[in-house]
Amino acid sequence: MGVVKHRLFWPIAALLTLVVVNTLSRPQFIKVTVRDGQLYGALIDILRNSAPLMLVALGMTIVIATRGIDLSVGAVMAVSGAVALTIIHDSGNPDNLGTVVSAVVVALLVALVLGSWNGMLIAVLGIQPIIATLVLMLAGRGVALLITEGFITTVNSGPFEYIATGYLLILPFAFLISLTAILLIGAFERRTALGMLTEAVGINPEASRLAGVRSRGIIFSVYVVSGLMAGIAGIIYSSNIRAADANAAGLFIELYAILAVVLGGTSLQGGKFSIAGTVIGVLIIQTLNSTILFLGVPSAQSPVFFALVVVLVVIVQSPRVRQLGRRPRGATGSDGTADKPAKAEVGA
Amino acid sequence: MTTTETTETTRSSPKQADDRFINRHASLMPTFAALGVLVVLLVAAQLYFGDFVSPGNMSALLLDNAYLMVIAVGMTFVILTAGIDLSVGSVMAFTGILLASLLGRGMPAAVAVPVILLAGAVIGLLIGILVQYFDVQPFIASLAGLFLARGLAFVVSLKSIRVDDPSVLWLQSTRFQVGDWYITPTGIIALLAVGIGAFVLQYTRFGRTVYAIGGNEQSARLMGLKVARTKVFVYLVSGSLAGLAGLILTAYSGAGYPRNGIGTELDAIAAVVIGGTLLSGGRGYVLGSMIGVLVYGTIKTVISFLGAEQAWMQIIVGGLLLLFILIQRFIVSRSERRE
Amino acid sequence: MSQVRAATDDDNDRVDPARPLLELTGATVRFGEETALDAVDFRMFPGEVHSLMGENGAGKSTLVKAITGALTMEAGILRLEGQQVTFATPHDAQVAGISTVYQEIELLPNVSVAENIALGRESRRFGLIDWRGMRRNAAAALHELGLDIDPASILGTHPVAVQQLVAIARAISTDVKVLVLDEPTSSLDLNEVAELFRVIRELKTRGVAILFVSHFLDQVYEICDRVTVLRDGRLVGEYKTSDLLRMDLVQKMLGHNVSAYRASPGGGAPEGDGPVFFSARGITAAPGIADADLDLAEGEVLGLAGLLGSGRTPLARALTGVDRLQSGTIRLEQRDENLANPRRAMTLGVVYSPEDRRADGIVGHLSVQENITLSVQSQRGVMRRISTARQRELAASWVEALDIRPPDLDKPAGQLSGGNQQKLLLARLLAVSPRVLVLDEPTRGIDVGAKVEIQNLVSELAGNGLSVVFVSAELEEVLRVGDRVAVLKDGRIIETVRSADVSVDQLLALVARPSVPEPEDERG
Repeated sequence: MGVVKHRLFWPIAALLTLVVVNTLSRPQFIKVTVRDGQLYGALIDILRNSAPLMLVALGMTIVIATRGIDLSVGAVMAVSGAVALTIIHDSGNPDNLGTVVSAVVVALLVALVLGSWNGMLIAVLGIQPIIATLVLMLAGRGVALLITEGFITTVNSGPFEYIATGYLLILPFAFLISLTAILLIGAFERRTALGMLTEAVGINPEASRLAGVRSRGIIFSVYVVSGLMAGIAGIIYSSNIRAADANAAGLFIELYAILAVVLGGTSLQGGKFSIAGTVIGVLIIQTLNSTILFLGVPSAQSPVFFALVVVLVVIVQSPRVRQLGRRPRGATGSDGTADKPAKAEVGA
Repeated sequence: MTTTETTETTRSSPKQADDRFINRHASLMPTFAALGVLVVLLVAAQLYFGDFVSPGNMSALLLDNAYLMVIAVGMTFVILTAGIDLSVGSVMAFTGILLASLLGRGMPAAVAVPVILLAGAVIGLLIGILVQYFDVQPFIASLAGLFLARGLAFVVSLKSIRVDDPSVLWLQSTRFQVGDWYITPTGIIALLAVGIGAFVLQYTRFGRTVYAIGGNEQSARLMGLKVARTKVFVYLVSGSLAGLAGLILTAYSGAGYPRNGIGTELDAIAAVVIGGTLLSGGRGYVLGSMIGVLVYGTIKTVISFLGAEQAWMQIIVGGLLLLFILIQRFIVSRSERRE
Repeated sequence: MSQVRAATDDDNDRVDPARPLLELTGATVRFGEETALDAVDFRMFPGEVHSLMGENGAGKSTLVKAITGALTMEAGILRLEGQQVTFATPHDAQVAGISTVYQEIELLPNVSVAENIALGRESRRFGLIDWRGMRRNAAAALHELGLDIDPASILGTHPVAVQQLVAIARAISTDVKVLVLDEPTSSLDLNEVAELFRVIRELKTRGVAILFVSHFLDQVYEICDRVTVLRDGRLVGEYKTSDLLRMDLVQKMLGHNVSAYRASPGGGAPEGDGPVFFSARGITAAPGIADADLDLAEGEVLGLAGLLGSGRTPLARALTGVDRLQSGTIRLEQRDENLANPRRAMTLGVVYSPEDRRADGIVGHLSVQENITLSVQSQRGVMRRISTARQRELAASWVEALDIRPPDLDKPAGQLSGGNQQKLLLARLLAVSPRVLVLDEPTRGIDVGAKVEIQNLVSELAGNGLSVVFVSAELEEVLRVGDRVAVLKDGRIIETVRSADVSVDQLLALVARPSVPEPEDERG
C-alpha cells in the first residue's frame, strides 16, 4: 500500500472528499463555463480567491521548515497594499499603467525590507521567531494606517484592478500569479540545493553548522521570501477590494497559512517540507470556506470551523496520539525526564 | 563553623547591604525600570501639556484601560510559565457580546455574568489541555482559541447589541468621588484583579508553582510540584479574566460588539513585557503588568492629546516592545556568559 | 531536618558487618539495540562515600538513573535498607530517601534560596505560604551544614558552587538516606571543592550514604572510601580506594581491549619529521582548554589522549573553528588563518567529526545520500546544485569505499548503527577533500570489527597525505593509530610523545598522573 503511505495521500483524499461532497449537494460546483475566452465557475473562483493565502502559505512553509514562524504576514500585506494604493492615489493618473507598475514595485520593495527586518532580528540577533515577528505584527498595521492616514484609500484604477479580477489567457490573473510563485519556489527547491539545506537547518541546526551549511544565510532569506510573498498577497488583496484597508487586510491570515502548511504534511517542528502539500492545504481551506459560505454560514462565523480543524490536526499530529500505535515507553527513558546527553560529562 | 569568603555577610558595610538587597530582589529590577518609564512619561507629559497629571486625567487613565489591566493579569500568569495566550482579545469580544445577548433576552445579570465567566474559563481550559496533554505549542493552541472565540462572537451576533440592563451599566456609570478623583466599580474590579493576582502569585503554592515552571519546568517536576495541573490552570485563569474583561468593556461601552478586542492580546503582551515580565518565563510581577498597562494608557492619552493619529499607538507600542525584548535578551545573554 | 543516625565507625576501611544501605543486583537496561547496563551489581553503605567511575558510554549515568527512578530497568532488583523498592519517578525516589544533586543544578534560578530548599514541602499557615517560617527553616538547614548563605537571596545571583550547596541543603532537608552527587565539582575551583568536601564529611558523620560520580581522579582519591568501575555497561569491580592504585583504577576503566585484530603497521608517515603543515599556538577556548600548542606534519596522525574533562574535545573544536578561540593562533601551510566558523575552516580544508555523532553529526531525518553530500553541497553554494545523478554516484562510491551498511542510499541516517553513522560522517568529511581531519572519539560505542575498519582507514588516509588529529579515550587505540600522542590534563597539554617510544602502561602512567607536578617534569 505504497499509495496510502505517500505523505500527500491524506491531504489529496481530504480535498477530493470535499469536492465530491460539494458536487453532490450542488452539481454546478464543478461546472466550468467559458465566456469571452475566460473561464468561470465555482472551481475557478476557488483558484482565484486562493491566491493571497497561497502566496503567504508558500512563504510560511519554508519559514516553518527552518523551525521558525512568521506572524507578521498579515501586517506586511496591509503595508504593501497601503503603499501601492497611496502611490496610485496620489499620482493623479491612476489609470496609467506605468504608475501602477511603479506603485507595485515600490510596495514589493517595502515588503522585502520588512522581511529583511524579521530576518535580521532572527538570524543575526538570535531573537525567537515568534517574538520577533510579533513585533512587526503589532507595529506593521500601525505603519499601514499611517500611510493611509487612517482612511481606507480607494482608487479607480483599471490596471490595478486587473491584478485581482482580470484574466490572462483563459485563467484569472491572480491565480496565474500564485501559480508562478508555486512553480518558482518549487523549482528553486528542486533545482537548487536550497531544499535540502533548508531541511538540514530545520532538522538539526547544530549538525548543519558543523557540516558547513550557511545556516544564518538560509534563515535570513526565508523571512525575506515570506515578506515578499506577503507583499504580493497584499497587492492582490487590495486590488480585489480596490482599497487599502489597513485593519482588515490579511487579518488572521497567518493562522490559515499555518493550517495550510500543517494540512499539507509539513511538521511545525521543522525539517522536511512539501510545497505540493501546502498547495493542497490551501485548496482544502478555500474549498472548505466555499462550502461554509454555500451552507449559508456568514463568513465572519467561519473561524469556528477552522478552529475545529486546527484542533483536530494538531491532536492527530501530537506525540501522545502517535504513541498510541507504538510500543509502550520506558525503553527510551523519555517519560518526562530529560535524558542528559553523554557530552555533559566532557570537559564541563 | 567555617564560611566561604564569598558568602560572608556582615551588617556593617553599606556596599554589602546593597548587594544583599540586589541579591534578594534581582527579579524586581525590570519592574522598577517600568515604574521609572511611567514616571518619566508622566513628568514629560506634564511639562508638555501643563495639566496632564490631573485627578480627572489620572482617574480616566485607570478606567479607560481597566479591561486591559484585567487581561494583563491573566496574561502575566501565562507568560510566567513561559507560555502565551493569543486568544484573550477574541474571548473578551465573545463574552462581551454573549453578555449583551443574554441580557437582551431577559436573563438577569446575576446569572448572565457567571455564565460568561464560565465561557471564558472553558475556552481557556481547552487551550490549557491542548498545551499540556497534547504537547501543542502555546501559540498554536491559543491561536486556535482565538479563532474559536472570534467565530463564536459572530455566531452570537453579527452586529453590536446594546445593553440596557441597569445592573451592568451601573458598573460604569457609578462614580465614587474623592475630591476630583473618581473611580467606578469597573476600576475597582480591575484593581481587585491585580491585587488578588499578586496575592495568589506570592502566597499560594499554585502561584509559586507558576514561577517554578517558568524557572525550570523539569526541576519543578522533580521537586514534586503539580506542574501539569498548574499549566492547564493558568490558561483557565487567563480565559476567565478575559471573560471578566468582556464584562468590563461591555459595561464601559454600553454594548457588546463582536469586533472588539482585535489586537488586544498584542497590547496585553506588550504591557506585560514592558512591566518587567520576561517572555522566557519565571520572572515578573502582576504589579509590573499593571504599570505596563498604565504606560500603555499614558501613551494612548498623550497621542490623543497631541491630536496625532491612533496609528502611532501601535507603532510606538511595537517599538517599545522590541526595545524591551532586546534589553531582556541582552541581559539574559550576559548572565549566561557569566557562568 | 535530617535525622542524626548513629555514626558508623570512622570513615575508613574495616570490612564491614554493616549491611549495605542500598543494593542493586543484576541491573540490566537496554535502549533499543544498545545495552547500556548488563547485569550490574552495585551497593552503598551508610556513612561512606562511594564513587562510580568509567569512561563515556560506560553506563554511569544509566546506573544513576536506575537508582534514582529516572528510568525503569529491564531486569534487576533494587533494595533500600533491605526492602525491595521500585520507583516510577524521581520524585518517588526522593520520597523514599534518595536525593540527587544533578550536574546541571536542577533548581529554580529565579526564586529565593529558601524557596528552593523548601518548595514542594514548604511551611504553610492556613494554606498560604509562610515566608518567615520558610526562611527560618532554610536558615537552619544551611546553618547545619555550616553555610552562610542569605536565604532570601535569589538563587540565580549566586555562583554555581553556592547553588550546588543549596541543592545539597535541599536534598538533606528531608530524611535523606542516599545522596547522589552527579559531577558536583566540574564547575568549582579549589576553594569551593574544599568547602563541598567539608559538607560531605559532615554528612558522612550522619550516616548518609553518598554516591560521588566524577571523573576527577584526585578528588575521588581524596574523598571516597569505595569505588565501583564500569566499562561498556558491565561491572568491572568494586574496590576500596585505599586498596587500589591510581594506575590500576585507570587501567580498569580503560581496559585492555582483547586484540582480536592483528596489529597493523602504524601510520604511514615517517616519524613526523616532515615540514609542519598545521600548527596551533596558545589555543585557549572556553570551556576547558588553555594555552595548547601542537604541530602536525602532512600524513601524520596525532593522537589526543587524556581522561574525561582533560580538554580533548574543547581542543578539537577550537582547532576546527567550531568553538570561538579566546586566544591563540592557527597556521596552515605557514599562513595564519582565522577559522571563524566550521564553514570557513572547511573551505581551508580543516574538518571536524563531532564527539556526539548522533546529536551534532548526522542529520537524522535526511537520507544517507543527503548526509554524505551535505558538506560538499554547502561548499559549492546554494545555486550550483549537484545533480541528483551525480549525488547518487558520489554517495554510492563512498558507501562502497567505506562499506557502509546497509547500502541503501535513501535510508534515513538516524536508523544506521553507530559504526555506520561514523563512516557516514567520515564520508561527508572526506567528500570535501580535506587536508586536516580532526576526529573526536570516532570509535566510541562501536563494535570491534567496525573499530578496526575505521582505524585502518585513518592510517590509510594518513598514508595518502592527510593530516589527522585523533581523539580517543582508549590508550591502545591512540598508540596504534597515532604517530605521536599529546597527553592532556586539566585543559592543558602536559606532554607529547612518540608512539614508538612508549608502551601502553607508560602512557597510562602519564594520563593517570596526579595533578601535583613531579619535580623532574619533562616537557616535550
